[in-house]
Amino acid sequence: MNLAEWRERDSLYEASARRRVLGLLDQHSFQEILGPAERITSPHLEQLGFPVSFDDGVVIGSGLLNGKKVLIAAQESGFMGGAVGEVHGAKITGLLQLALISPVTAVLLVLDTGGVRLHEANAGLVAISEILHAAFRVREAGIPILVLIGGSNGCYGGMGIFARCCDYVIMSEEGRLSVAGPEVIETAGGVEEFDSRDRALVWRTMGGKHRYLLGDADRLVVDDIQAFRAVAIEVMQKPKPLSLESILREHQCLGERLVAYGECKDAFDIWKKLGIPEFGAIPLMDNDSFHAIVKPYLPKEGTEEETEHDR
Amino acid sequence: MTVDHTLDKLFSGGYHIKKDGLVISGFGVCHGQTVAIIGTIDHAAIGIESAFTLAAAVLEVIQHFPQRPILLMVDTQGQRLTQRDELLANNSYLAHLAKCLELAHHRGHRVVSLVYGEAVSGGFFATGMMAERAYALPDAQIRVMALQAMTRVTKIPLEQLDELCKTSAIFGPGITNFVRLGIIEDVWQGDLGNCLDRALRLPADYDNRAELGCERGGREWAAKVAFRVRTSAEKA
Amino acid sequence: MIELLKFEFPGHRAPMRPVRGSAFAGVVNSGNLEVLIESADLGGSCHVEVKTSANGFRSTWTAVLEDFFARNRFADIKVSINDFGATPAVVSLRLDQAAAEIMEMGAK
Repeated sequence: MNLAEWRERDSLYEASARRRVLGLLDQHSFQEILGPAERITSPHLEQLGFPVSFDDGVVIGSGLLNGKKVLIAAQESGFMGGAVGEVHGAKITGLLQLALISPVTAVLLVLDTGGVRLHEANAGLVAISEILHAAFRVREAGIPILVLIGGSNGCYGGMGIFARCCDYVIMSEEGRLSVAGPEVIETAGGVEEFDSRDRALVWRTMGGKHRYLLGDADRLVVDDIQAFRAVAIEVMQKPKPLSLESILREHQCLGERLVAYGECKDAFDIWKKLGIPEFGAIPLMDNDSFHAIVKPYLPKEGTEEETEHDR
Repeated sequence: MTVDHTLDKLFSGGYHIKKDGLVISGFGVCHGQTVAIIGTIDHAAIGIESAFTLAAAVLEVIQHFPQRPILLMVDTQGQRLTQRDELLANNSYLAHLAKCLELAHHRGHRVVSLVYGEAVSGGFFATGMMAERAYALPDAQIRVMALQAMTRVTKIPLEQLDELCKTSAIFGPGITNFVRLGIIEDVWQGDLGNCLDRALRLPADYDNRAELGCERGGREWAAKVAFRVRTSAEKA
Repeated sequence: MIELLKFEFPGHRAPMRPVRGSAFAGVVNSGNLEVLIESADLGGSCHVEVKTSANGFRSTWTAVLEDFFARNRFADIKVSINDFGATPAVVSLRLDQAAAEIMEMGAK
């Protein structure tokens, strides 16, 4: 990619939550719910000496995606690390509950979060669980939930578990998806277990390319809001309802993963086992080259339902 | 209480469990009803293998014992923290477990959980918190993170966190806080068999924890904010 | 500790444009702030409310805000700020960003 191409991109990574929402939806269609003017702020931060944010770090609302009505939430990466507190979480839960009341085609969640907002500890933990329960009701109603991950916080903690409970996970290479963060693992097991400052290691282990190769991300796009938007449009009318068949398929895949890669020490070992030529160069490959090279080696059957890797 | 001691008190009609590492599965008879038992022991750290084994146990109940209620026995120190677990995506295994429990619920299995030991963050999230209702024994320990780790991440001094634990239900570990926040429905004491039987007779509701937290005064905003979002469309 | 600072400025007698609705700029991360500007019925005045984690800087805020209102001819607006230790330069930047947005809205 040359400088001109880079300039043309509408980077999701660099964008604020509001900018992400406006870039993803059809122009002039976004109607914010409980925006900053409503001042729905955290009741817990002030006692700890932390400033609040008028939208508690998450933008929610409705709009159109390719002419179809959707609901959308986007976490603000800069505020409290995008972490989920009582009010922040309730905005997302309420949005999912709203999906059951008003007719929408899909729900888009642009996640950029470290997980539970520790400053709100217990309330943050249950907030994420409530989001999860509400999401299952939405999926039960046949409305697909699309998770978009490409921001600086990645998607960690309870939200990393939540993301894989939704219909689709769309990531950029810059995105990360996991449950325990690099620092937490290093604190628990020492730097020999995981060097959290080794960025290449972090991205090999938790980044978009690896998650895509494992089958945990349905799509890998360039860091461009329009690229995310294009995939969202493509899948927004294709829910993947939970069924015994789909869960058993996923169980099979996850069991095979343990057998196939249980002894692997590093992502390179996994990519090599997948049979990908030039596996050592994967982290350096640009998006087009990456897709061209890995396509024949992707897992044939995705988790829950066949992913459309072959498209 | 140890797991055997707890199961003795729950299932006066007898019980049978097998152990697979730190995962237990089996069944017990409570007031004439056979209840599936699935859970962990010894403050298990739940990694990819344990999450997978737990999920397999749930799937076995779904496939072979239609409508059988499930009791999740929770004693976990949280998700296992290794590079390998993250490499193979523990978040996916925990999500898979959560989906299996959701599927059980969807197919008419009553799912109730009991924290009899510890319940910590991700481990609790994918097990006990997936139940219709979560219960706890009086000496159960629930928390998001150890204070020493919390002080490091938030940069809030340990003394201040200690103080907050005493005054704020949002912060402190301890069962009364979790009951007040609506996360734990109730504490089980005395005849545990009766407690379980009563729990299984309650209607299988939607997730009422936010309303409960509001009623009990521990967590007022979650229910109010969600309500405002739901009703925002009426104004549009 | 979060410090609450309130200010009142006389509105401009000949405001640039009528202000309607609200506009917003910034993010509350360390060294940054968010600014919410709303039209309000204040008899012509401008009110400012600042909540900040950086205590003891009232005079700095006064100077920055005086400068802002000298640059922007506003009346009947309320400015609300959540500040996480931003420098005066960053405060001015966000104020100007929010101001530009609300004036753009007024022009429509």
